[in-house]
Amino acid sequence: MNGKDQLLFNIGVVDFTMVDLGLFLDAHPTDQKALEYYQHYAQIKKQLCREFGKKYYPLTMAEADSDKKWSWGDAPLPWEGGCA
Amino acid sequence: MWNYEKRLQFPVNIKEPNAKLAQIIISQYDGPDGEMGASMRYLSQRYAMPCREIGGLLTDIGTEELAHLEMVATIIHQLTRNLSMEEIERSGFDKYYVDHTLGIWPQAAGGVPFNACEFQSKGDVITDLSEDMAAEQKARTTYDNILRLIKEPDVCEPIKFLREREIVHYQRFGEALRMATDKLNEKNFYAFNPGFDKCENSNGSF
Repeated sequence: MNGKDQLLFNIGVVDFTMVDLGLFLDAHPTDQKALEYYQHYAQIKKQLCREFGKKYYPLTMAEADSDKKWSWGDAPLPWEGGCA
Repeated sequence: MWNYEKRLQFPVNIKEPNAKLAQIIISQYDGPDGEMGASMRYLSQRYAMPCREIGGLLTDIGTEELAHLEMVATIIHQLTRNLSMEEIERSGFDKYYVDHTLGIWPQAAGGVPFNACEFQSKGDVITDLSEDMAAEQKARTTYDNILRLIKEPDVCEPIKFLREREIVHYQRFGEALRMATDKLNEKNFYAFNPGFDKCENSNGSF
């Protein structure tokens, strides 16, 4: 795996943890341990996405850099393969 | 409101096209227990939920199902891209090809198109959550059937991930059903529809 694929893979792992914890918290909103885990991973995800957007391409439209050219369309589409 | 992230929930990188597998797996795009029906079921049901927590859970699971829909479509796309005419004819994919070429269209493995009758939105929290639990189990069984038919590791891995999620969703819907019944008269949960009838059988939480 190259640096880009590894970073995207890590974002996928962290985000999946958040999705799963999110559903758990929907049904157990006062579970302190789950709340701590969620906040921990949310922080990591934010950092990783920012790093990915800066180095490679924006994962969300909000991160698209529109300085000289709209960069949102530069990102490969998820179904092309080769990206996590 | 929704936002989109340009990535899959779980990696799908299939190297070899295989139209035979694509024709089986398309049932989970939208066959009777597919991801499209799952997402539309939960996102439609949530408006009639009598409490916010359960409406929120339906939103979040319905949203995750959209990510699964994209994964299944990606599997089918990668299994059918670069197919030769000979492979299309030999694999039996010709019947799909004649109408859709290599585009993705929602149908069951048997060719039946997607239909909203594959799910219900009944406006009753107990009825709807019971349907949701059954739906997760039906999808899990379909993924088990798919896993008995395929051996290719690059196809099996994302299918195994999707199967696992059905089990987690079943657990969460079970908890939501308990949240609902905790707010009802335990002597008779089924006496009324808490989303419609206003009567004394609630313990006051609805």
